[in-house]
Amino acid sequence: MGMTKRIIFGAVAILLVIAAAYAAFFIAPEERTMGLIQRIFYFHAATAWAGEMTFFVCFLANLLYVWKRQPKYDWLGVSSAEVGLACITVVLITGPVWAHPVWGIWWTWDARLTSTFVLWLLYVSYLLLRTLIEEPDRRALLSALFGIFAFLDVPLVFFSIRWWRTQHPQPVIMGGSGSGLDPTMSKVFFFSVLAMHVLAAFLIVERYVLEKMKSEFDFLAREVEAQ
Amino acid sequence: MSLFSNTAVLLGKELRTEFRSRELLTTTVVFILVVLILFSFAISPTTEESREFGPGLLWLAILFAASLMLQPCFLREQSNDTLSSLRLAVSDPFSIFLAKLIANTLFLLLTELIMLPFFAIFYNVPVLPEFHWLLLVLFLGSLGISVAGTALSAISAQARMRELLLPLLLLPLLTPVLVVSATVTVSLFEREPIVRGKGIAFLAVFDVVFLTALWLFGEYLLEE
Repeated sequence: MGMTKRIIFGAVAILLVIAAAYAAFFIAPEERTMGLIQRIFYFHAATAWAGEMTFFVCFLANLLYVWKRQPKYDWLGVSSAEVGLACITVVLITGPVWAHPVWGIWWTWDARLTSTFVLWLLYVSYLLLRTLIEEPDRRALLSALFGIFAFLDVPLVFFSIRWWRTQHPQPVIMGGSGSGLDPTMSKVFFFSVLAMHVLAAFLIVERYVLEKMKSEFDFLAREVEAQ
Repeated sequence: MSLFSNTAVLLGKELRTEFRSRELLTTTVVFILVVLILFSFAISPTTEESREFGPGLLWLAILFAASLMLQPCFLREQSNDTLSSLRLAVSDPFSIFLAKLIANTLFLLLTELIMLPFFAIFYNVPVLPEFHWLLLVLFLGSLGISVAGTALSAISAQARMRELLLPLLLLPLLTPVLVVSATVTVSLFEREPIVRGKGIAFLAVFDVVFLTALWLFGEYLLEE
């Protein structure tokens, strides 16, 4: 992607996020019981969706790398893992900010929270693994394989906790999107989802370009050293 | 057929190597014992609490022990430079994994069976009434730990800081095994039959998913 296109893409992403923020604060109606704090939902859930999508992109990139062995899939894998991790970090911070006034506690070991946290840990391990292998091809292959194992684990983590760790009474979690959302709220929410996806895509593109330059630089540095 | 005959030969090699010195088994048994005793110092549980939390602690101890025990699995091959000859010797590299994971499952089960009487005495839990079920949970849990652990030890053996890296990669991945095995074990001690079937089925699903993944991707883990 050329420089001009990237700048336009970035401008669109930032404008969308600003518009989503405006919609979340001023257009969406105030929730009756939770009040103002409920507005964090538009960022929290939208970022979560974008983060999960990003990890799915990472999984596809990992599979493609193992299959095709082209460095571009490795670059895409690391870029999407980092952006996804940033998204999930935002989710894990905005969640407790919302939960404390509404549930009265910062954290509970509920299925969705816990599996998101394990997801975060798995991708931290993925990035950590990458820093501990020097040789580029081996790093790409082994981290891609770990990424595949990690992604396969995510549904298992979710259902194991959902079926066996949520028997005790828990604070009521919001009944998911769609269940009883006011039409305006729902429009604002899906607009936020769109904005966050575009932002995540923009960040992945930028990170990809950076990774590509880094890899080219490493290659040249090794060439020079060899001479 | 060659997959099974290769696996059988390699499994024989794994077992011979271990039973010559028994270093892995003795250290793992002692490690689990130390962890269980430290846990009971840390929380000093009553009998009621033991039944509720004991299985969780037991499985946590097994998980920690496994993440240490699985370290030498591929490291040994690497330091002796035998991995490439192993790969040349077998037609399907999956048999290397299969032999190692069967050996690891057996080692884990053996240490668990040695530890079980101590666990029953220290934590005052009835292990005998539902022993066949307990054995099944121990087997499926250990198999899951070994499948994921063998795959990841092939990864960590090729990285720096490998001793720290393996637990870091392995423990989050094994969250489902810990959650389900501990819950099913509690239900065995408290005689609740409801959780049992579903939990055991879930453990079997975990094992099958990771075995399939290892079968599909295992050969890439051993590439040079």
